[in-house]
Amino acid sequence: MDSSVAAEPNIRVVKNATCTFCGCVCDDMELTVDLDQKRIIKAKNACVLGKAWFAEHSVDESRPVAMIEGKEVSLEEAINEAAKILVNARFPIIYGMSNSTSEAQRETVKMADLLSANIDSTSSVCHGPTGMGLQGVGEPTTTLGEVKNRADMVVYWGCNPSDCHPRLSTHYTVNPKGMYIPNGRKDRTVINVDVRSTTTTNIADVFVQVKPGSDFELLWALRILVRGGKLNSTFEEQTGVPIDVIENLASRLMSCNYGILFFGMGLTMTRGRHYNASALHMLATDLNEHTHFVVKPARGHGNVTGADTVMSWQTGYPFGINFNRGYPRHEPGEFTTTDILTRGEADAACIIASDPIANFAKPAIEHLKKIPMISFDPKPTPTSQAARVAFTTACYGINTPGTVYRMDDIPIPLRPAFESPFPSDLDILKPLVKRIRELKRAQ
Amino acid sequence: MTETMLLVPMRTAKQGVALNQGKLKDAYKRETSTVEIKQEDMDRLGLKTGDRIRLRAGTEEVVVSCKPRKVSKKVQDTATGIIFMPYGPTTSALMTDGDTAGTGMPDSKHLIVEIEGPLAQEESDG
Repeated sequence: MDSSVAAEPNIRVVKNATCTFCGCVCDDMELTVDLDQKRIIKAKNACVLGKAWFAEHSVDESRPVAMIEGKEVSLEEAINEAAKILVNARFPIIYGMSNSTSEAQRETVKMADLLSANIDSTSSVCHGPTGMGLQGVGEPTTTLGEVKNRADMVVYWGCNPSDCHPRLSTHYTVNPKGMYIPNGRKDRTVINVDVRSTTTTNIADVFVQVKPGSDFELLWALRILVRGGKLNSTFEEQTGVPIDVIENLASRLMSCNYGILFFGMGLTMTRGRHYNASALHMLATDLNEHTHFVVKPARGHGNVTGADTVMSWQTGYPFGINFNRGYPRHEPGEFTTTDILTRGEADAACIIASDPIANFAKPAIEHLKKIPMISFDPKPTPTSQAARVAFTTACYGINTPGTVYRMDDIPIPLRPAFESPFPSDLDILKPLVKRIRELKRAQ
Repeated sequence: MTETMLLVPMRTAKQGVALNQGKLKDAYKRETSTVEIKQEDMDRLGLKTGDRIRLRAGTEEVVVSCKPRKVSKKVQDTATGIIFMPYGPTTSALMTDGDTAGTGMPDSKHLIVEIEGPLAQEESDG
């Protein structure tokens, strides 16, 4: 037998797999997996971000499953150390969860309750203001399936899906043919409102350039027109958008059959924040006097919608929740992670599938680096590097099953491609919760 | 030359690809420390692609590369005096204010910065 002949690769094809990179959660992936190499060699139907997501999450077996102070330890030792840190803290915070399954998110809420801890997801620095806004004025909502089949007007406001959610337009909202949209793209009008032109502008029929920080004023101007009022010239001065352009935009919005307003961080991370989100939702409500109009935030992480959903059903609130009185309280600004860290209140942190040290405000990062931190992540990150206890985890969706919520609140099951030698978030959280319970009983 | 501008952190597809490769890798570091400036602003400041510039916000400063911002050819993009850079440790360093106005969300996309450049080689290394 010729030993130089390579053995047949152990290939597996996984159909209808789910990509968990962004909030589109596309569930039509066809993955070709090299089981010997433990890596995905082809991801059919994936966008540029999805291809990178699948290609770059092979297993690096040289990494330790857990480290304390940068030194390799057993999983049990790390779980014990993490439990001690959290039980001994007076104000522990738990943060992240948007790149984890809803099953793990549910266990995380249990851990927060047990510790009387603060729990918050990446929503608080993402679409948290959207949650605050819609709680006040209601949400004219929809699903992406409905948008695909009915929407003849698609507005992208303060978001750039062509870069951040590449298949949102091509798979769900703009290009596909639908039940009442027989000609696909030709039957839809796409409007892009932003402070700059982007790759999304290239697919739009209309581009409206608004001055930075004046989205609220433009939304209010549209509300005035939709409600039958007239604009004076101050709106043009404030927004930088000529009055006739605002009037044309209002007219287009009112005359469609089914419109959808997608929006992003351009509204929630700028002056006005939740007021911007409220104004957008109120505009959609006003438009429903003329036609059918709905709103959807373009959500970033694969299961950030799940984090909001799970925390809402478990505690009554979507983010920024504190258990220190023995029952859940929600107060953005008080129980949101950036604020707690900036005020220097937390004395321990458990960061699950998130990287706050790479994207929080500087004062928050400085405090986070001072306190004992536990991190869960499949890859090394600035946060895992600064953690006292760092767990290497399996990648959700690629290695572990479970459930994630698409940006339109639809739960999607995961079909993992191959097994990882590393535990999932849930595999660590369950014994961690058990150990916390034991330590608390002994106190 | 020094000028005050509005820095708007953002996402790019290239950044999304790079973060999958790893946040400690060069591709991610390079993408998140390259600022995009409108061509006419670059011309006014005497900047060329790849020049090193200093961004200062309050007491914090970082040195980054610059390149012209791609604008859509379909429309007239009138935004000047606004610069863009993908989110990451560099933009975080310039978010000197953790105040969220009671919302949990800092003014992440509205950072007023002083831009100085092009820097001489020794300044940019230092």
